[in-house]
Amino acid sequence: MNVTVTINGAERSADVEPRVLLADFIRSDLGLTGTHIGCDTTSCGVCTVLVDGTPIKSCTMFAVQANGRSITTVEGLKQNGDLSAMQQAFHEQHGLQCGFCTPAMMLVGTAFLEENPNPTEDEIRWAISGNLCRCTGYVNIVKSIQAAAQATTEGANA
Amino acid sequence: MYSNKFDYLAPESLDEALSVLADRGDEVKVLAGGQSLIPMMKLRLANPETLLDINRIPGLDHITHTDEHPDAHIAPADQHWPGGSSNGGGEMLRIGALARHNDIVNSSAAKANHTVASAAPWVADPIVRNLGTVAGSLAHHDPEGDWASVMLACGADVVVTSSSGARVVAIEDFLVDMFATSCQPNELVTEVRVKTHSQRGGGNYQKLERKVGDYATVGVATCLELGDDGNISGAGIALTSVYAHNLKVPEAETLLRGHAPSEALFKEAGAVAAAACDPATDTRGSADYKRHVVDVFTQRGLAESLAIAQGGQS
Repeated sequence: MNVTVTINGAERSADVEPRVLLADFIRSDLGLTGTHIGCDTTSCGVCTVLVDGTPIKSCTMFAVQANGRSITTVEGLKQNGDLSAMQQAFHEQHGLQCGFCTPAMMLVGTAFLEENPNPTEDEIRWAISGNLCRCTGYVNIVKSIQAAAQATTEGANA
Repeated sequence: MYSNKFDYLAPESLDEALSVLADRGDEVKVLAGGQSLIPMMKLRLANPETLLDINRIPGLDHITHTDEHPDAHIAPADQHWPGGSSNGGGEMLRIGALARHNDIVNSSAAKANHTVASAAPWVADPIVRNLGTVAGSLAHHDPEGDWASVMLACGADVVVTSSSGARVVAIEDFLVDMFATSCQPNELVTEVRVKTHSQRGGGNYQKLERKVGDYATVGVATCLELGDDGNISGAGIALTSVYAHNLKVPEAETLLRGHAPSEALFKEAGAVAAAACDPATDTRGSADYKRHVVDVFTQRGLAESLAIAQGGQS
Protein backbone atom coordinates (compact mmCIF):
# COMPACT_ATOMS: atom_id res chain seq x y z
CA MET A 1 0.00 0.00 0.00
CA ASN A 2 1.14 3.52 -0.68
CA VAL A 3 1.60 5.53 2.47
CA THR A 4 2.04 9.28 2.27
CA VAL A 5 2.83 11.33 5.35
CA THR A 6 3.96 14.84 6.07
CA ILE A 7 7.02 14.27 8.18
CA ASN A 8 8.77 17.23 9.78
CA GLY A 9 6.98 19.44 7.28
CA ALA A 10 7.93 17.51 4.13
CA GLU A 11 5.65 15.16 2.22
CA ARG A 12 7.12 11.68 1.81
CA SER A 13 5.68 8.49 0.34
CA ALA A 14 6.61 4.84 0.24
CA ASP A 15 5.01 1.59 -0.75
CA VAL A 16 4.76 -0.73 2.23
CA GLU A 17 2.98 -3.85 3.39
CA PRO A 18 0.18 -3.12 5.86
CA ARG A 19 2.09 -4.94 8.59
CA VAL A 20 5.05 -2.56 8.49
CA LEU A 21 5.27 -0.70 11.78
CA LEU A 22 5.39 3.07 11.76
CA ALA A 23 8.75 2.97 13.57
CA ASP A 24 10.30 0.88 10.79
CA PHE A 25 8.64 2.96 8.09
CA ILE A 26 10.23 6.09 9.55
CA ARG A 27 13.65 4.50 10.03
CA SER A 28 13.98 2.23 7.00
CA ASP A 29 11.73 3.68 4.33
CA LEU A 30 12.17 7.35 5.15
CA GLY A 31 15.72 7.04 6.48
CA LEU A 32 15.11 9.02 9.65
CA THR A 33 16.99 7.05 12.27
CA GLY A 34 16.58 9.53 15.11
CA THR A 35 13.49 7.53 16.09
CA HIS A 36 14.80 4.60 18.10
CA ILE A 37 13.36 1.15 18.70
CA GLY A 38 13.85 -0.26 22.17
CA CYS A 39 11.59 -2.92 23.64
CA ASP A 40 9.30 -3.29 20.61
CA THR A 41 6.55 -4.20 23.11
CA THR A 42 4.86 -0.84 23.87
CA SER A 43 6.69 -0.55 27.19
CA CYS A 44 9.75 1.68 26.90
CA GLY A 45 8.51 4.58 24.79
CA VAL A 46 11.79 5.30 22.97
CA CYS A 47 10.01 5.01 19.61
CA THR A 48 7.62 7.84 20.52
CA VAL A 49 6.85 10.27 17.71
CA LEU A 50 4.16 12.93 17.38
CA VAL A 51 1.26 12.10 15.07
CA ASP A 52 -0.80 15.25 14.46
CA GLY A 53 0.95 16.65 17.53
CA THR A 54 0.09 13.76 19.86
CA PRO A 55 2.80 11.45 21.25
CA ILE A 56 2.29 7.83 20.25
CA LYS A 57 4.51 4.75 20.37
CA SER A 58 5.47 4.13 16.76
CA CYS A 59 6.19 0.42 17.39
CA THR A 60 2.49 0.04 18.16
CA MET A 61 1.01 1.69 15.12
CA PHE A 62 1.09 0.40 11.56
CA ALA A 63 2.49 2.80 8.98
CA VAL A 64 -0.77 2.56 6.99
CA GLN A 65 -2.61 4.05 9.96
CA ALA A 66 -0.53 7.20 9.61
CA ASN A 67 -1.41 7.65 5.94
CA GLY A 68 -2.26 11.31 5.32
CA ARG A 69 -1.20 12.39 8.79
CA SER A 70 1.45 14.76 9.99
CA ILE A 71 4.40 13.31 11.90
CA THR A 72 7.12 15.00 13.92
CA THR A 73 10.29 13.13 14.82
CA VAL A 74 13.33 14.37 16.68
CA GLU A 75 14.79 15.50 13.36
CA GLY A 76 11.91 17.98 13.12
CA LEU A 77 12.50 19.70 16.44
CA LYS A 78 15.19 22.15 15.37
CA GLN A 79 13.92 25.53 14.32
CA ASN A 80 15.59 27.47 11.50
CA GLY A 81 18.70 25.37 11.97
CA ASP A 82 18.96 26.10 15.70
CA LEU A 83 18.22 23.79 18.58
CA SER A 84 14.67 24.17 19.92
CA ALA A 85 14.21 25.37 23.50
CA MET A 86 13.74 21.74 24.55
CA GLN A 87 16.89 20.55 22.77
CA GLN A 88 18.90 23.46 24.15
CA ALA A 89 17.66 22.67 27.67
CA PHE A 90 18.64 18.98 27.39
CA HIS A 91 22.07 20.14 26.21
CA GLU A 92 22.55 22.63 29.03
CA GLN A 93 21.04 20.56 31.84
CA HIS A 94 22.87 17.37 30.88
CA GLY A 95 19.50 15.72 30.26
CA LEU A 96 21.04 12.70 28.57
CA GLN A 97 23.77 10.17 29.08
CA CYS A 98 23.65 7.42 26.46
CA GLY A 99 21.03 9.34 24.48
CA PHE A 100 18.88 6.41 23.51
CA CYS A 101 15.68 7.65 25.16
CA THR A 102 16.42 11.31 24.40
CA PRO A 103 14.57 11.83 21.11
CA ALA A 104 11.36 10.49 22.68
CA MET A 105 11.87 12.44 25.91
CA MET A 106 12.30 15.69 23.99
CA LEU A 107 9.25 15.03 21.81
CA VAL A 108 7.08 14.12 24.80
CA GLY A 109 8.41 17.16 26.68
CA THR A 110 7.66 19.42 23.71
CA ALA A 111 4.08 18.14 23.30
CA PHE A 112 3.55 18.33 27.07
CA LEU A 113 4.65 21.97 27.35
CA GLU A 114 2.22 22.89 24.57
CA GLU A 115 -0.57 21.65 26.84
CA ASN A 116 0.91 22.78 30.13
CA PRO A 117 3.48 25.59 29.76
CA ASN A 118 4.11 25.93 33.52
CA PRO A 119 4.15 22.41 34.93
CA THR A 120 5.12 21.32 38.42
CA GLU A 121 7.84 18.72 38.86
CA ASP A 122 5.18 16.10 39.64
CA GLU A 123 3.30 16.92 36.46
CA ILE A 124 6.50 16.55 34.42
CA ARG A 125 7.28 13.21 36.04
CA TRP A 126 3.72 12.06 35.32
CA ALA A 127 3.98 13.22 31.69
CA ILE A 128 7.17 11.24 31.01
CA SER A 129 6.05 8.18 32.95
CA GLY A 130 5.44 6.28 29.70
CA ASN A 131 9.09 6.68 28.73
CA LEU A 132 11.95 4.75 30.25
CA CYS A 133 15.48 6.03 30.82
CA ARG A 134 18.05 3.60 32.21
CA CYS A 135 20.91 6.11 32.71
CA THR A 136 19.93 9.40 34.24
CA GLY A 137 17.59 8.47 37.05
CA TYR A 138 15.32 11.07 35.40
CA VAL A 139 16.55 13.94 37.58
CA ASN A 140 18.26 15.83 34.77
CA ILE A 141 15.50 15.00 32.30
CA VAL A 142 13.01 16.65 34.63
CA LYS A 143 15.37 19.62 35.07
CA SER A 144 15.71 19.93 31.31
CA ILE A 145 11.96 20.06 30.78
CA GLN A 146 11.68 22.60 33.61
CA ALA A 147 14.40 24.71 32.00
CA ALA A 148 12.71 24.48 28.61
CA ALA A 149 9.42 25.57 30.18
CA GLN A 150 11.15 28.54 31.76
CA ALA A 151 13.00 29.49 28.57
CA THR A 152 9.80 29.22 26.54
CA THR A 153 7.79 31.30 29.00
CA GLU A 154 10.53 33.95 29.23
CA GLY A 155 10.82 33.96 25.44
CA ALA A 156 7.09 34.51 25.14
CA ASN A 157 7.17 37.34 27.66
CA ALA A 158 10.24 39.02 26.20
CA MET B 1 8.54 -8.15 15.60
CA TYR B 2 6.15 -8.50 12.74
CA SER B 3 2.61 -9.77 12.57
CA ASN B 4 1.38 -12.18 9.96
CA LYS B 5 0.26 -10.61 6.72
CA PHE B 6 -3.20 -9.12 6.64
CA ASP B 7 -5.47 -7.07 4.43
CA TYR B 8 -5.96 -3.55 5.71
CA LEU B 9 -9.24 -1.70 5.35
CA ALA B 10 -9.88 1.80 6.65
CA PRO B 11 -13.48 2.68 5.80
CA GLU B 12 -14.64 6.26 6.17
CA SER B 13 -18.20 5.49 7.17
CA LEU B 14 -19.87 3.30 9.75
CA ASP B 15 -22.09 1.68 7.11
CA GLU B 16 -19.06 0.66 5.11
CA ALA B 17 -17.41 -0.86 8.18
CA LEU B 18 -20.56 -2.73 9.14
CA SER B 19 -20.94 -4.15 5.66
CA VAL B 20 -17.37 -5.52 5.84
CA LEU B 21 -18.27 -7.14 9.16
CA ALA B 22 -21.51 -8.52 7.70
CA ASP B 23 -19.58 -9.97 4.76
CA ARG B 24 -16.64 -11.52 6.50
CA GLY B 25 -16.70 -10.65 10.19
CA ASP B 26 -15.25 -14.06 11.06
CA GLU B 27 -11.87 -13.18 9.61
CA VAL B 28 -11.79 -9.57 10.76
CA LYS B 29 -10.29 -7.89 13.78
CA VAL B 30 -11.38 -4.32 14.46
CA LEU B 31 -8.58 -1.83 15.08
CA ALA B 32 -9.43 1.08 17.36
CA GLY B 33 -6.48 2.20 19.53
CA GLY B 34 -4.58 -1.01 18.82
CA GLN B 35 -2.61 -0.83 22.06
CA SER B 36 -3.54 -4.41 22.96
CA LEU B 37 -4.33 -5.77 19.51
CA ILE B 38 -1.12 -4.73 17.76
CA PRO B 39 1.14 -6.25 20.46
CA MET B 40 -0.90 -9.45 20.20
CA MET B 41 -0.56 -9.45 16.42
CA LYS B 42 3.19 -8.90 16.73
CA LEU B 43 3.39 -11.91 19.04
CA ARG B 44 1.14 -13.75 16.56
CA LEU B 45 -1.37 -14.46 19.26
CA ALA B 46 -3.87 -12.67 17.02
CA ASN B 47 -3.72 -13.41 13.29
CA PRO B 48 -6.62 -11.70 11.56
CA GLU B 49 -6.88 -12.05 7.79
CA THR B 50 -8.33 -8.57 7.65
CA LEU B 51 -7.69 -5.60 9.88
CA LEU B 52 -10.61 -3.17 9.93
CA ASP B 53 -9.31 0.22 11.04
CA ILE B 54 -12.26 2.28 12.34
CA ASN B 55 -10.17 5.36 13.12
CA ARG B 56 -11.29 7.21 9.99
CA ILE B 57 -14.99 6.87 10.77
CA PRO B 58 -16.40 10.21 11.96
CA GLY B 59 -18.73 10.54 14.94
CA LEU B 60 -17.34 7.80 17.17
CA ASP B 61 -15.05 9.81 19.44
CA HIS B 62 -17.67 11.52 21.61
CA ILE B 63 -17.80 11.72 25.39
CA THR B 64 -21.11 13.33 26.22
CA HIS B 65 -23.09 13.82 29.39
CA THR B 66 -26.75 13.71 28.49
CA ASP B 67 -30.13 13.33 30.12
CA GLU B 68 -31.87 12.39 26.91
CA HIS B 69 -32.28 8.84 25.86
CA PRO B 70 -30.03 8.78 22.82
CA ASP B 71 -32.09 6.55 20.58
CA ALA B 72 -35.46 5.43 21.79
CA HIS B 73 -35.69 2.79 19.08
CA ILE B 74 -33.04 0.68 20.79
CA ALA B 75 -34.46 -1.31 23.63
CA PRO B 76 -32.55 -0.33 26.76
CA ALA B 77 -30.88 -3.04 28.80
CA ASP B 78 -32.04 -3.59 32.36
CA GLN B 79 -30.68 -0.81 34.46
CA HIS B 80 -27.99 -1.98 36.79
CA TRP B 81 -26.84 1.39 38.11
CA PRO B 82 -26.41 1.10 41.86
CA GLY B 83 -29.29 2.99 43.42
CA GLY B 84 -31.61 2.47 40.45
CA SER B 85 -32.91 5.77 39.13
CA SER B 86 -31.73 7.79 42.13
CA ASN B 87 -29.30 9.70 39.98
CA GLY B 88 -32.04 12.09 39.02
CA GLY B 89 -33.40 10.24 36.03
CA GLY B 90 -31.69 9.05 32.91
CA GLU B 91 -28.48 11.06 33.04
CA MET B 92 -25.67 9.16 31.47
CA LEU B 93 -22.25 9.40 29.99
CA ARG B 94 -22.00 8.24 26.39
CA ILE B 95 -18.50 7.15 25.47
CA GLY B 96 -17.96 6.61 21.75
CA ALA B 97 -15.91 3.74 20.33
CA LEU B 98 -12.99 6.05 19.53
CA ALA B 99 -12.83 7.94 22.83
CA ARG B 100 -9.26 7.46 24.07
CA HIS B 101 -8.28 6.93 27.69
CA ASN B 102 -6.70 10.38 27.71
CA ASP B 103 -9.89 11.90 26.26
CA ILE B 104 -11.58 10.65 29.44
CA VAL B 105 -8.76 12.09 31.58
CA ASN B 106 -9.23 15.49 29.90
CA SER B 107 -13.02 15.43 29.60
CA SER B 108 -15.09 17.64 31.88
CA ALA B 109 -18.19 15.60 30.99
CA ALA B 110 -16.56 12.40 32.25
CA LYS B 111 -16.19 13.90 35.73
CA ALA B 112 -19.91 13.29 36.19
CA ASN B 113 -19.12 9.64 36.82
CA HIS B 114 -16.54 9.61 39.59
CA THR B 115 -15.54 5.98 39.15
CA VAL B 116 -14.79 6.52 35.45
CA ALA B 117 -12.91 9.77 36.06
CA SER B 118 -10.88 8.24 38.86
CA ALA B 119 -9.82 5.18 36.83
CA ALA B 120 -8.80 6.88 33.57
CA PRO B 121 -5.40 8.25 34.71
CA TRP B 122 -4.41 4.77 35.92
CA VAL B 123 -4.95 2.96 32.63
CA ALA B 124 -1.66 2.02 30.93
CA ASP B 125 0.83 4.91 30.56
CA PRO B 126 0.40 8.48 29.25
CA ILE B 127 1.55 7.66 25.70
CA VAL B 128 -0.57 4.51 25.39
CA ARG B 129 -3.54 6.48 26.76
CA ASN B 130 -3.33 8.75 23.71
CA LEU B 131 -4.40 5.87 21.47
CA GLY B 132 -6.07 3.17 23.56
CA THR B 133 -9.86 3.37 23.82
CA VAL B 134 -12.37 2.55 26.55
CA ALA B 135 -14.66 0.63 24.19
CA GLY B 136 -11.73 -1.24 22.65
CA SER B 137 -10.51 -2.23 26.07
CA LEU B 138 -13.93 -3.71 26.90
CA ALA B 139 -14.20 -5.44 23.51
CA HIS B 140 -10.72 -6.91 23.93
CA HIS B 141 -11.69 -8.03 27.43
CA ASP B 142 -8.31 -8.72 28.90
CA PRO B 143 -9.22 -10.34 32.21
CA GLU B 144 -6.88 -7.90 33.96
CA GLY B 145 -8.18 -4.75 32.26
CA ASP B 146 -9.23 -1.82 34.43
CA TRP B 147 -12.29 -0.61 32.53
CA ALA B 148 -14.32 -3.80 32.88
CA SER B 149 -14.21 -3.46 36.68
CA VAL B 150 -15.27 0.17 36.45
CA MET B 151 -18.18 -0.69 34.16
CA LEU B 152 -19.23 -3.70 36.27
CA ALA B 153 -19.27 -1.58 39.43
CA CYS B 154 -21.31 1.11 37.64
CA GLY B 155 -23.66 -1.24 35.78
CA ALA B 156 -22.78 0.15 32.34
CA ASP B 157 -24.35 -0.79 29.02
CA VAL B 158 -22.54 -1.51 25.77
CA VAL B 159 -24.05 -0.59 22.40
CA VAL B 160 -23.17 -3.04 19.65
CA THR B 161 -24.14 -2.26 16.10
CA SER B 162 -24.48 -4.38 12.99
CA SER B 163 -25.80 -3.61 9.54
CA SER B 164 -29.24 -4.73 10.74
CA GLY B 165 -29.32 -2.34 13.69
CA ALA B 166 -28.06 -1.70 17.20
CA ARG B 167 -28.64 -3.46 20.48
CA VAL B 168 -27.85 -2.49 24.05
CA VAL B 169 -26.18 -5.12 26.17
CA ALA B 170 -25.73 -4.95 29.94
CA ILE B 171 -22.03 -5.13 30.78
CA GLU B 172 -22.48 -8.38 32.69
CA ASP B 173 -23.92 -10.00 29.58
CA PHE B 174 -21.34 -8.37 27.33
CA LEU B 175 -18.32 -9.78 29.19
CA VAL B 176 -18.55 -13.52 28.57
CA ASP B 177 -15.14 -14.82 29.55
CA MET B 178 -11.50 -13.77 29.26
CA PHE B 179 -10.91 -12.31 25.78
CA ALA B 180 -14.50 -13.20 24.91
CA THR B 181 -17.56 -10.97 24.70
CA SER B 182 -21.09 -11.35 23.37
CA CYS B 183 -20.26 -8.99 20.50
CA GLN B 184 -20.81 -11.11 17.39
CA PRO B 185 -18.47 -11.22 14.36
CA ASN B 186 -20.87 -9.04 12.35
CA GLU B 187 -21.11 -6.46 15.14
CA LEU B 188 -19.08 -3.46 16.22
CA VAL B 189 -19.00 -1.92 19.69
CA THR B 190 -20.05 1.65 18.96
CA GLU B 191 -20.66 3.11 22.40
CA VAL B 192 -20.42 2.54 26.13
CA ARG B 193 -23.14 4.06 28.28
CA VAL B 194 -22.71 4.55 31.95
CA LYS B 195 -24.92 6.51 34.28
CA THR B 196 -23.56 9.54 36.06
CA HIS B 197 -23.49 10.10 39.80
CA SER B 198 -26.18 12.15 41.49
CA GLN B 199 -25.34 14.93 43.93
CA ARG B 200 -25.49 12.22 46.57
CA GLY B 201 -23.29 9.75 44.75
CA GLY B 202 -19.59 9.07 44.48
CA GLY B 203 -17.16 6.59 43.03
CA ASN B 204 -13.51 5.65 42.95
CA TYR B 205 -10.91 3.35 41.43
CA GLN B 206 -7.98 2.14 43.51
CA LYS B 207 -5.09 0.55 41.65
CA LEU B 208 -1.83 -0.90 42.86
CA GLU B 209 0.71 -1.28 40.06
CA ARG B 210 4.40 -2.14 40.23
CA LYS B 211 5.23 0.51 37.68
CA VAL B 212 3.40 2.86 35.35
CA GLY B 213 1.84 0.92 32.50
CA ASP B 214 1.78 -2.43 34.27
CA TYR B 215 -1.33 -4.46 34.83
CA ALA B 216 -2.93 -3.95 38.21
CA THR B 217 -1.52 -6.04 41.02
CA VAL B 218 -4.94 -5.31 42.50
CA GLY B 219 -7.64 -2.92 41.33
CA VAL B 220 -10.90 -2.08 43.09
CA ALA B 221 -13.74 -0.08 41.52
CA THR B 222 -16.41 1.33 43.82
CA CYS B 223 -19.62 3.23 43.14
CA LEU B 224 -22.03 4.56 45.79
CA GLU B 225 -25.38 6.31 45.82
CA LEU B 226 -26.99 7.62 48.99
CA GLY B 227 -30.73 8.02 49.55
CA ASP B 228 -32.46 11.09 50.99
CA ASP B 229 -32.07 9.58 54.46
CA GLY B 230 -28.30 9.38 54.02
CA ASN B 231 -28.37 5.60 53.89
CA ILE B 232 -26.73 3.74 51.04
CA SER B 233 -29.33 3.25 48.32
CA GLY B 234 -26.98 1.47 45.95
CA ALA B 235 -23.43 0.22 45.81
CA GLY B 236 -21.22 -1.26 43.11
CA ILE B 237 -17.95 -3.07 43.74
CA ALA B 238 -15.76 -4.87 41.21
CA LEU B 239 -12.20 -6.19 41.40
CA THR B 240 -9.32 -6.34 38.90
CA SER B 241 -6.54 -8.93 38.63
CA VAL B 242 -7.60 -11.08 41.58
CA TYR B 243 -9.76 -13.66 39.81
CA ALA B 244 -9.86 -15.38 36.42
CA HIS B 245 -11.74 -12.32 35.18
CA ASN B 246 -12.94 -8.96 36.47
CA LEU B 247 -15.08 -9.82 39.43
CA LYS B 248 -18.26 -8.06 40.51
CA VAL B 249 -18.97 -8.66 44.19
CA PRO B 250 -22.77 -8.66 44.63
CA GLU B 251 -22.48 -10.04 48.18
CA ALA B 252 -20.64 -6.90 49.27
CA GLU B 253 -23.04 -4.66 47.33
CA THR B 254 -26.05 -6.26 49.03
CA LEU B 255 -24.40 -5.96 52.42
CA LEU B 256 -24.07 -2.19 51.96
CA ARG B 257 -27.46 -1.43 50.45
CA GLY B 258 -30.03 0.09 52.79
CA HIS B 259 -27.58 0.71 55.61
CA ALA B 260 -26.06 3.84 57.06
CA PRO B 261 -22.48 4.21 55.83
CA SER B 262 -19.88 3.66 58.51
CA GLU B 263 -16.31 2.58 58.90
CA ALA B 264 -17.48 -0.67 60.47
CA LEU B 265 -19.81 -1.40 57.55
CA PHE B 266 -17.05 -0.70 55.00
CA LYS B 267 -14.77 -3.00 56.97
CA GLU B 268 -17.33 -5.78 56.61
CA ALA B 269 -17.60 -5.07 52.88
CA GLY B 270 -13.80 -5.24 52.57
CA ALA B 271 -13.80 -8.63 54.26
CA VAL B 272 -16.55 -9.91 51.95
CA ALA B 273 -14.68 -8.71 48.85
CA ALA B 274 -11.46 -10.29 50.09
CA ALA B 275 -13.29 -13.58 50.63
CA ALA B 276 -14.89 -13.45 47.17
CA CYS B 277 -11.66 -13.04 45.22
CA ASP B 278 -9.24 -15.80 44.33
CA PRO B 279 -5.90 -14.21 43.48
CA ALA B 280 -2.91 -16.13 42.13
CA THR B 281 0.56 -15.96 43.61
CA ASP B 282 2.83 -14.53 40.91
CA THR B 283 5.60 -11.97 40.35
CA ARG B 284 3.23 -9.21 41.41
CA GLY B 285 2.69 -10.66 44.87
CA SER B 286 1.43 -13.57 46.91
CA ALA B 287 -2.23 -14.53 46.99
CA ASP B 288 -2.44 -13.56 50.66
CA TYR B 289 -0.93 -10.17 50.01
CA LYS B 290 -3.32 -9.43 47.14
CA ARG B 291 -6.29 -10.57 49.19
CA HIS B 292 -5.23 -8.16 51.93
CA VAL B 293 -4.93 -5.33 49.40
CA VAL B 294 -8.47 -6.09 48.14
CA ASP B 295 -9.72 -5.75 51.71
CA VAL B 296 -7.91 -2.43 52.28
CA PHE B 297 -8.70 -0.99 48.84
CA THR B 298 -12.40 -1.83 49.14
CA GLN B 299 -12.60 0.06 52.42
CA ARG B 300 -10.52 2.92 51.07
CA GLY B 301 -12.51 3.14 47.82
CA LEU B 302 -15.82 3.16 49.68
CA ALA B 303 -14.55 5.87 52.03
CA GLU B 304 -13.45 7.99 49.04
CA SER B 305 -16.78 7.41 47.30
CA LEU B 306 -18.65 8.37 50.46
CA ALA B 307 -16.61 11.55 50.87
CA ILE B 308 -17.62 12.61 47.36
CA ALA B 309 -21.25 11.61 47.94
CA GLN B 310 -21.37 13.66 51.13
CA GLY B 311 -19.74 16.61 49.38
CA GLY B 312 -16.59 16.45 51.45
CA GLN B 313 -14.43 16.46 48.36
CA SER B 314 -14.70 16.11 44.65
